[in-house]
Amino acid sequence: MGLALVLALIVAPEDADQGISQRIFYIHVPIALTAYFCFGLGAVKALLLLWRGDERYDLESYVAIHQGTIFGALTLITGAIWAKASWGVWWTWSSNQLVLFLVLFLFYCAYFMLRFSLEDGPRRARSSAVYALFGVALIPVSFLAIRLAEDFIHPTVFTRDGPQMSGSMFATFVISWGAVTLLAYVLYRVELAGKRLDADLRELREALQ
Amino acid sequence: MTYLADVAALTHKDLRIELRGRDTLPAMLLFVLSTLVVFHFAIPDDAGDTAAYGLLWVAIVFTALLGLARAWVPEQEHGVLDGLVLAPCDRSAIWLGKTLATLAFLLAAQAVALPAFVLFFEPLDATAVAGVLLADLGICAVGSLMSAMAAAGRAREVLLPLLVLPLAIPLIVGGVGAAVSEDGERFLLFLLLYDAVFAVLSWASFEYVVTE
Repeated sequence: MGLALVLALIVAPEDADQGISQRIFYIHVPIALTAYFCFGLGAVKALLLLWRGDERYDLESYVAIHQGTIFGALTLITGAIWAKASWGVWWTWSSNQLVLFLVLFLFYCAYFMLRFSLEDGPRRARSSAVYALFGVALIPVSFLAIRLAEDFIHPTVFTRDGPQMSGSMFATFVISWGAVTLLAYVLYRVELAGKRLDADLRELREALQ
Repeated sequence: MTYLADVAALTHKDLRIELRGRDTLPAMLLFVLSTLVVFHFAIPDDAGDTAAYGLLWVAIVFTALLGLARAWVPEQEHGVLDGLVLAPCDRSAIWLGKTLATLAFLLAAQAVALPAFVLFFEPLDATAVAGVLLADLGICAVGSLMSAMAAAGRAREVLLPLLVLPLAIPLIVGGVGAAVSEDGERFLLFLLLYDAVFAVLSWASFEYVVTE
């Protein structure tokens, strides 16, 4: 993670168009990809829960989505900073990825509302799992919708060819991506361990009473 | 064939409850008309023609939410859902029956709302109406599943809009696009895709939501 920061901030050559602000790219894009990955992982665990009926997957799915939502919020924040630096506004509806993340962020916040509203038990686990599965179906559908919506919201389609990255920029990007994924994995394990400890403690307390 | 008979019986039950009690449909009708009147005062005169189409979609989505919020109330109040789950029929038939009943209410509300919209605001062409029908299908399919989930929770009235609105955003895009875009067929195709994906997903996952 430290190495990635050093590379991103100092070593990688500056972008000719955007200058220093382009460096947030090395943080923003890996965080966004990691958020997608966490949502995907949450959905896979949800599918496993529905399929095999093992309670263990419920907590794993929940923790993965929790991490995904945190990284999603970070994506929105870094995206807003980048938008301010390069386009001069904090928010722009013409950035498809940011709009998609806003929709997903709202969706997964509702996931937590659903979870905390239901009573603990297998039914809550299955309802949450079904909602998590709807989430991964929503990602491509929303993306398509946002692309289509440009037609009538912005008549001039906002196209920007993918930046051609030089070797050192690409290496920095890959290392940053690896670092953020690792960070997400560590957080995932820590939260999972904490939650399991919580559950064990509760069982123990109930057994003692 | 028994599957279809089950679905028909369940839909029939909901429609008959509504005919006797008249809890949902009059509320939806009044709501959608009042919303349209509120919109007249909410948009300035120089806002342009297309703004009205956007507001029509806000009205449709919120009317559907109103209907969906009531969808499982009769089942919850008298413990009917437990009975239905225990009944020897496929559980997804319960979902399909509820979806069809909600769709019938929504269509009835729109049979009044769409002419009122044309009268008050802008004309609607065939593509726009097709967009409304396809989006109705999608929102009822997804909504009746979400409503069943929310009904089990503590904060069901508050929860339902939160669950449905992010899922309804693509429908709004498709519906508004079908009404205002030159190339409306593309948006109809998109709505069809949405309906297919989410109807299958809801149909397959309903069983997990209602069983204990």
